[in-house]
Amino acid sequence: MGYKVLIGLEMHCEISNTKTKVFSSAINGYSDKANTNIRPVDMAFPGTLPVVNKEAVRLSLMASMILGCTQPEYLYFERKNYYYPDLPKGFQITQETKPAPIGSYGKLEYEVNGEKKSVRINNLHLEEDAASSDHYASGSRINYNRAGVPLLELVTEPDFRSADEAVAFLETMRSIYQYADISEADSKKGQVRCDVNVSIMEDNLDENDPKNWGTKIEIKNVNSFGGVRDAINYEIQRQIDLKEDGKYDEMPQQTRRWDEESGTTIYMRSKVDAIDYKYFVEPNIPKFKISKEWLEEIRKSIPRLAFERKEQYINEYGVSEYDATILVKEKPVADFFEKTISLGANPKSASNWITTNLLGNLNKMELTIDEAKLTPEHLAELIKMVEDKEISSQQAKGVFTESLETGKSPHDIAAEKGLKQITDEGEIVKITNEVLDENPDVIKQYKNGKTNMVNYLVGQVMKKTGGKANPSLARDVMAKEIEKR
Amino acid sequence: MSYMDKTIEEVHEALVKGEVTSKDLIKEALEKSHEVQEKCNAFVTIMDDVKEEKVTDELLSGIPYGIKDNYSTKGILSTGSSNTLKDYVPFFTATAIDNLAKKGAVAVNKTVLDEFGMGGTGTTGHTGIVTNPWDKTRMCAGSSAGSAAAVAAGVYPYATGSDTGDSIRKPAAYCGIVGYKPTYGMISRYGLFPFASSLDHCGALTRSVKDAAIVVDGMKGIDKYDMTSWDSSNMHLYESIDGKVKGKKLCYIKELCDINMYPNADAELKAHLENFMKTIEKCKNLGMEVTEESVDMTLLSAIPSVYVVISCAEATSNMSNLTGFIFGPRAEGDKWDTEMKNYRTKGFSPLIKRRFVIGSYVLQAENKDRYFHNAQRVRRLVVDKWNELFEKYDAVILPVGSGPAKKLEGSKDALDKNTAILEDHLQIGNFGGFPSITIPNGFVSNLPVGVNITGKCYDDINVLNIAYALESSMGYKNQIAREVK
Repeated sequence: MGYKVLIGLEMHCEISNTKTKVFSSAINGYSDKANTNIRPVDMAFPGTLPVVNKEAVRLSLMASMILGCTQPEYLYFERKNYYYPDLPKGFQITQETKPAPIGSYGKLEYEVNGEKKSVRINNLHLEEDAASSDHYASGSRINYNRAGVPLLELVTEPDFRSADEAVAFLETMRSIYQYADISEADSKKGQVRCDVNVSIMEDNLDENDPKNWGTKIEIKNVNSFGGVRDAINYEIQRQIDLKEDGKYDEMPQQTRRWDEESGTTIYMRSKVDAIDYKYFVEPNIPKFKISKEWLEEIRKSIPRLAFERKEQYINEYGVSEYDATILVKEKPVADFFEKTISLGANPKSASNWITTNLLGNLNKMELTIDEAKLTPEHLAELIKMVEDKEISSQQAKGVFTESLETGKSPHDIAAEKGLKQITDEGEIVKITNEVLDENPDVIKQYKNGKTNMVNYLVGQVMKKTGGKANPSLARDVMAKEIEKR
Repeated sequence: MSYMDKTIEEVHEALVKGEVTSKDLIKEALEKSHEVQEKCNAFVTIMDDVKEEKVTDELLSGIPYGIKDNYSTKGILSTGSSNTLKDYVPFFTATAIDNLAKKGAVAVNKTVLDEFGMGGTGTTGHTGIVTNPWDKTRMCAGSSAGSAAAVAAGVYPYATGSDTGDSIRKPAAYCGIVGYKPTYGMISRYGLFPFASSLDHCGALTRSVKDAAIVVDGMKGIDKYDMTSWDSSNMHLYESIDGKVKGKKLCYIKELCDINMYPNADAELKAHLENFMKTIEKCKNLGMEVTEESVDMTLLSAIPSVYVVISCAEATSNMSNLTGFIFGPRAEGDKWDTEMKNYRTKGFSPLIKRRFVIGSYVLQAENKDRYFHNAQRVRRLVVDKWNELFEKYDAVILPVGSGPAKKLEGSKDALDKNTAILEDHLQIGNFGGFPSITIPNGFVSNLPVGVNITGKCYDDINVLNIAYALESSMGYKNQIAREVK
């Protein structure tokens, strides 16, 4: 028997692009030296109060708009009460579905293997992150830099049918957060964390009727997209195995934990033991009217997203779809590309350099594009030098590599190496005639029909000039001069 | 010659004229502190080494005062009168206290309260019972018990208080002094240890209405660390008091003030209500119109329960930061949750634990709508009703409590059902955030009793003016406790 899989996601993404935390004036810099970005409120010293960061709200509203959600008329926050050492107040300030959070009931289109799909967004809410803790045999260490960092939690409906779809959606979201300047959305920095829920049902049943849905299993704390894929696939197989063994009906609704090391999900608690978070509206934050004017202002300020840029690269710049896809995959790459163009470089050349040379080299050097010593200015300069025939494209490759390694400008490198191309026709005519004078036998062979001997002669010109002669000019001149003999 | 038994205006004049120095005043206040500590046990800390302040044009400059021990004070023990914070020395000062310091006010001691303000007897602080300076067999009421006792005993002209249900205004009545809590948010709560955030107010205990205005002028102001604070820079309370009340309209509530509502009334209650009606006559003599209004008894009867539900719910969450990990004496335990449990079990008094249980119970998913949300709905109804009264009247005038200070022995915490509403109606002022002031209006059984005036939000000046006119027509301004033999 076949099965259908229903997958829903909760994606937590830190907002990394605010100066300060979401309810505190401490710097939003989780990766700085441990326990340096803290205000009294982040450690819940008695008498401290939360103060909402308007920029965090603005970025959240922007995300809400991009996701096609409805924005609330009034902004409220709620307390989620539970005890844990990484939660100094004993409650997290967050938003529940009632009153309305920062975004409700949206829809997002995304692509998986070239196919367009759409997912319904149940809600998006703004909350604060907890502190981070490291556990050692002798005890645990807590870093409060993360306590109070703004966090967006996005909850989807169970609309994914495979791990591929779920991961493609997460990649789309990461791109949105990056392009909208909301977050770096870097899972390596712990900025993205997911909870996944998975259930299976028999293939012939109607998935639109919740009665037919299987038992929902929630998997907590999956911290990489690869992990999401593996956890989903593991869980699907685990549930199918239970079905096949006739043990599925005994499986209670439960929360499990993804164990990266063993590649398995591990039982945490059943729904019966679910924590009652005793939500109530945070009394220290007065309800805030979100004005239509402000919303309109935010809507107008949404930066161009990946899909918009991709369309522009293809339609305006004539970049191939394949290359455009590579360029927009990471925002810093697209920004590099656009900066290079803005400096006057030919878009197609820029795209070629970036997709065929730059990214591969950076990958080998284990650097991000922001860390590269070669700047858009360098690349634009290099492209111009080739266009102006100052150096050959063969030479340009060497210059590129050196600029990437040293950060020197292409002009300086070319000058140092004496790489200036010979584009003076008179000079080339002179050298061509020298070569012809030295090779009377070859001229004879040429005249006797071995026309490809001209390549050898051009090669001699290049050799004589140390590769500096402009190759196409050398060819043209040679063709003319040999006929004169 | 003593000065600490005078009004702020008088002391200021003496300072300006050079009759006395700030240093002399501090010496006097400290001596009296030790005397009153001996008699009433009013202080957690007496700051014997405090330095004098320069006398300026500010009325408060150079004059000693007391701080309730639930205000965070940098470098000075701040316990909230709880064992959970018995050694806690904060590294930041509450905004209200900072504001007073900027005016040159000199804090000389920290006063005892009911643990974290959660009590109305002055008997639950970790340093023991506070006794009434008029009669040591009686309570001061609470929670600002130490502040009330000290001001009444003439230690200094004023002390700060906090008021969640009646914690400034009830002790003021029991000690024969003035207790004023201004409109919610006029004084920042930053640095005030929270009890129930939506009900908590900062305020002052003084011996005259003008002094109350001077002190709150000094404490108030919008604060970037408290989102519920608002800009009152155009309100000058002290300067606005002119005593002109002719034509002002007051009302009192029949259900609370009519002796016939209490079939089992004792002699003290009878005398108290008779005295209240004499005060009403005084109001009329001042040219004010006073009307008897009727409010649905069902609504009035709900007030104490509404208060218990909301205050306990918020309190259980607010005090979840008390775990002993970051501050407070860390408890023993083999795991973090045992450490936390041991700390809380040992640290909190039984009364508080009872409130936490109630708070958790009413917030549980299955109870929340029935208790917590219903309490919020009734709170809204009560506030609406009072706002309706404020459309017709400048203020509501009511007797405080059911008589003079209660005996410490016997009656502890056992609420008399018949007079419950009379004991608890001041909570309405917290439900609505209304400006509310208690002033002494005579004696019952040779002990002081009080009357309360409450107005609509932001109408503090009106409330103070009515209280000032009434105070001027009675002989209890700036009275110092005389121990009843």
